[in-house]
Amino acid sequence: MLEVKNVSKSFHGLRAVRDASFTVPEGGINGLIGPNGAGKTTIFNIVAGVYAPDSGEIYFNGKPIHGLRPDQVCAAGIGRTFQIVKPFAGLSVLDNVIVGALHRERGVASARAHAVSILEKLKLAPKRDLPASSLTLPDRKRLEVARALATRPRLLLLDEVMAGLRPTECDEMVEVFRSLNRSEGLAILLIEHVMRAVMALAGHIGVLHHGEVIARGTPAEVVRNPAVLDCYLGEEAQV
Amino acid sequence: MSRGRVALALLFAALAVFPAFAGAYALSVATLVLYFAYTGQAWNVMMGFAGQLSLGHSLYVGVGAYAAGAIFFHYGIGPWAGLWVAILLCVALGVLIGFLAFRFGISGVYFALLTIAFAEFTRIGFDHLDWVGGPGGMFLRVAQRDTWDIANFRGPPLMYYYVILALASLALVLCHFLLKSRAGYYWQAIRENEEAAQALGINTFRWKVCAVALSSAMTAVAGVFFAFYYNNLFPEQIFNISRSIEIILGPIIGGLGTLFGPILGAAVLTLLSDGITELLAALGWEIPGVKQVFYGVVLLVVVMFLPHGIWPAVARKLKLDA
Amino acid sequence: MAPELVLNVVVAGVLTGLVYGLMALGLSVIFGVVRVVNFAHGEMMTVAMYAAAALFAAFSLDPFLAVLPVAAAFFLLGYALQAGIINPFITRPEHSQFMLLVAVAIILVNALLIVFGPDARNVQVGYQLESYELGKLLIDKARVFAAGLAVAAALLLFSFFRFTLTGKAIRACADNYLGARVVGLDVKHLYALTFGLGSACVAVAGCALVLLVDVTPGLGPYYTLLAFVIVIVGGLGSMGGALLGGVLIGVSEAVAGLLIAPSAKSMFSFGLLILVLLLRPQGLLGKRA
Repeated sequence: MLEVKNVSKSFHGLRAVRDASFTVPEGGINGLIGPNGAGKTTIFNIVAGVYAPDSGEIYFNGKPIHGLRPDQVCAAGIGRTFQIVKPFAGLSVLDNVIVGALHRERGVASARAHAVSILEKLKLAPKRDLPASSLTLPDRKRLEVARALATRPRLLLLDEVMAGLRPTECDEMVEVFRSLNRSEGLAILLIEHVMRAVMALAGHIGVLHHGEVIARGTPAEVVRNPAVLDCYLGEEAQV
Repeated sequence: MSRGRVALALLFAALAVFPAFAGAYALSVATLVLYFAYTGQAWNVMMGFAGQLSLGHSLYVGVGAYAAGAIFFHYGIGPWAGLWVAILLCVALGVLIGFLAFRFGISGVYFALLTIAFAEFTRIGFDHLDWVGGPGGMFLRVAQRDTWDIANFRGPPLMYYYVILALASLALVLCHFLLKSRAGYYWQAIRENEEAAQALGINTFRWKVCAVALSSAMTAVAGVFFAFYYNNLFPEQIFNISRSIEIILGPIIGGLGTLFGPILGAAVLTLLSDGITELLAALGWEIPGVKQVFYGVVLLVVVMFLPHGIWPAVARKLKLDA
Repeated sequence: MAPELVLNVVVAGVLTGLVYGLMALGLSVIFGVVRVVNFAHGEMMTVAMYAAAALFAAFSLDPFLAVLPVAAAFFLLGYALQAGIINPFITRPEHSQFMLLVAVAIILVNALLIVFGPDARNVQVGYQLESYELGKLLIDKARVFAAGLAVAAALLLFSFFRFTLTGKAIRACADNYLGARVVGLDVKHLYALTFGLGSACVAVAGCALVLLVDVTPGLGPYYTLLAFVIVIVGGLGSMGGALLGGVLIGVSEAVAGLLIAPSAKSMFSFGLLILVLLLRPQGLLGKRA
């Protein structure tokens, strides 16, 4: 579904991403892990259209999306969240999601209905009329996901969505993603440091280090890979 | 009917019958208040809704006024035709500025400076344009001031009052529906966080240019009104940065992005400033500049202590919305 | 057009431009560090000019001597303005800060109007009528002195930022607000200090300019815009850029005034601003924002 081919990106001479390639299959959940500064968010930003790659290509459902604007990438069917959440602070929770829903819905009324159903899925419905600025961080993360989901993506890019969540909240989120993946075939690519979530969700993991993909495989394989243990997980990584 | 609607209806009714009780001076003040309420609303579309700070809105008032005025002056063509030329020109200008600014990624302070630069550039340009009278100004012939001649936009002050009341009301209704529409949602999203808006599929460039286009079109109409109400146009005055600041005082003091903010702000400002002028005249302190110092102090106080403007505080007290 | 005429005009433009550059330097320092758009900058300069004119009228004090008390006063006032009114605004949205200073500007301009009236004021000293002769060049002495004062002040400021501890601390704040606080710098005090220094710059520039130009209250907004044009053309955050921009604007205004019409010369500056904003917003010598 998503094919990232030999993508490279430098910023002012600093190589952020170096010849990275990976795929996300239709209906799959893949993870991207690696130490901070490895280039994970940069790859996300390249896929999402925030940056154009210096070289390499990206295909989504066979169509090239490298170099497209972020709104065009969304139109192609990719939704994303941001590592540092970006709620529309002056709008209510519901209005935040309506903005997302308007992408595929014809009018405000149907967008509102769709938004309400999404909020219910993410257990934010009771807070729908509160200003987004008043939410706690876990709720803001949920709002961020709800908003992206409202655009009816086929692939969802999640950037460290579990950071700052308590284990129970993390498990709830994992369950939401699992059920969306099962019921609607929503494919997910997630950047995560919270290994609990990665191991629970991802069918396939890629490991980034200094902008390069140094390992790939199933979670079980990756966790035992010596290069990965060396740079990131540590000798005693037990999951 | 919600409390807000009732209050609005009452306000409209009050304004409609106001002339019956008002003398000529009060009528002219009320006309001015409604004029600023209207231009404030037009500016609000760009700033309050889409978050783009324009400090050069006098450009559109001026171009609108001169466009319709010059056509009338040179060819005798009435304001209703001139209106379309004015709108077209101003929209073209607005789209140009918006396009240039947004294509080159200019926002915030730099965008504001860009708008000022365009207005100033045009001011000096018009000062040297003989076809519109240059610095000496352009004077429009006033055929009569007695009977209502809407076609030629000539008549007693009462006619102008009702026209601007209609304009301000229409602007209010338009903005009300805009706020609740896709446009309103998208503009506010852009205002709040443009990056997030893009990630949700919004072509922020196009929508920002649309906001500028609508704002400039609405302001052009104000310019045409200005031309046929005051009947004399000077580049130094109409394009002056003080006019741009006057336009934004209402919405900022009243409340950015709200519906009633611009109206309330315009009312407060004009009425208070007139009150101060009267007071000072009574005390014998008729010095040029005092009124503006007053403006400055009010602005200072509001910006410091009521950053969201007067309206939100008032609305909370009266339990109204919008 | 005689080449000597053009040369004279250009030289005059360079010298005047250096004074403009000092004014813009004050703005660049303020904007670059505190990130406040000082919309009252030109108005502050106008107040300084009036101060120098008033001191001259009252005590026959040469502007070059008036520089010291005026600059000191402006430093204190600038410090107070930042510490008292602007500091709480740092976290507020941009348009709030903007409007705050617009309000200050309006108050300043009209206060001047009330106190001094609309008529032009100036300073009349002997050396304004004298000039240096360099071959075919005839350079006004006053202009040379004014430019000299501007350059001296600029060098002083530059040394302060380069070589003193406080100066370095201020530069640290500009680069990284949070980092500076973490390291224990009293950022609010340093911001106020910076605003004070920027204001002092403006004061010196005003004292210099009053030798060359008659002052009216309406000059305020004009100089504010000019300062912004210079800072943006020359490059934000670059002190050399401010001076260079000033010279550029000074020369272009002089030449435009000669070739087109004196009243159209600012049109050129605004056109230049538009071009620079669009094509190279970091200006000639500035760093990318």
